[in-house]
Amino acid sequence: MAKEIERAGIPVAHICSIITISQTVGANRIIPAVAIPHPLGNPKLPPEEEKALRRNLMKKALTALLTPIQEQTVFS
Amino acid sequence: MAEVSRNGKYRIVHYLNQFFGGVGGEEKADCKPFAIKGPQGPGRLLEKLFREENVDVEIVATIVCGDSYFAENQESVLREWIRPIREYRPDLVVAGPAFNAGRYGIACGAICSSMESLGIPAVTGMYKENPGVDQYRKTVLIVETANIVSGMEDAVRKMVRLGVKRLRGEEIEFPGAEGCFEQGIRRNYLHAEPAWRRAIDMLLRKMDGKPFETEYPIPFFDRVEPRPALRNLKGMTIALITSGGVVPIGNPDHIESSSASKYGKYSLEGLATADARTHQSAHGGYDTTYVNADPNRVLPIDVFRELEQETGFKPYPWYYATVGNGTSVDNAQKFAKDIVVDLIRDGVQAVILTST
Repeated sequence: MAKEIERAGIPVAHICSIITISQTVGANRIIPAVAIPHPLGNPKLPPEEEKALRRNLMKKALTALLTPIQEQTVFS
Repeated sequence: MAEVSRNGKYRIVHYLNQFFGGVGGEEKADCKPFAIKGPQGPGRLLEKLFREENVDVEIVATIVCGDSYFAENQESVLREWIRPIREYRPDLVVAGPAFNAGRYGIACGAICSSMESLGIPAVTGMYKENPGVDQYRKTVLIVETANIVSGMEDAVRKMVRLGVKRLRGEEIEFPGAEGCFEQGIRRNYLHAEPAWRRAIDMLLRKMDGKPFETEYPIPFFDRVEPRPALRNLKGMTIALITSGGVVPIGNPDHIESSSASKYGKYSLEGLATADARTHQSAHGGYDTTYVNADPNRVLPIDVFRELEQETGFKPYPWYYATVGNGTSVDNAQKFAKDIVVDLIRDGVQAVILTST
């Protein structure tokens, strides 16, 4: 989906748990996430810290969208 | 050629995920790797079919690992397990078959690839759309399987035929004849017919509308150039999409838990966050306990709203969700092409896509 949306001209930031899949399918701006059952969270953390973690990932996604790139890039 | 072990049998180590290894389903996908003596699940069929080919094998050990655990700890699993696998002195390592299970396919590919680089022959099997195929086809012999488990016997049979050749050090034929994916290796050989005759035959078949096979397939790389970055966030419309299956409670569009044939479009208007009363996951490919307790863990509505306030971007008032679990590439492309019509019409300038 990431690739097809980009094909139509809209940049996509892909936050995903398995970056190798994202690379294989051809996403261009890739942000590695936490874990498969909770990519944007971590149930082991206290709620405040968990939210901070999620916030950090979403900020990375926004930064990725603001960053000019020439090729597939992982924003870790 | 592989050395036959002391009792005259070829030694095989078999890799399986938690499901085929008999540990459990998705709720056990975080299971750490362990070894069992002898065959397990499909390993029994593997031994049986090797014997039908008159090749005496013994699965000396089965390594089992949860799909999520492998995906999240690939480097450490490989680092810690390559030595133990070698210590079994396998003549052949077999992984899977993984069918259309993405994490499993990548695990099988990674295990086989590590073995091949140590000079230990390895064989695995996957469905053509498994992401493990593209990633490992060049370094690993992967037989083509069906996308569902009912294709087990056929898949194992193909793996066995290829495995026999690898054990005996026999030449591997063209991928089509072996039933495996092309590795992109070009090899010179003397054809009985000269090139001009083959070319004319091919042309005649083409003109007659008959099937013909090119001798030089053109590699197809479907890449999309990265789109230009946004200059700033203020006033930009950004949409949220997820393949993690987060839908309003009750799954109103009945999106399938695997092999999804549809996606949903749901309102974000007036939502400051998502919780267990408003949203749930329809995904059948991961343990949904954590996301059902707090859907923001997959669809981060809470933080999306906060960042909207801070950076001044405009959230698109809808989000889109589907289940990325064995979903065909064709369907995923179709969903995206549909969604893009909305996005372009409504002036969406960027997308954040979350995947499990």
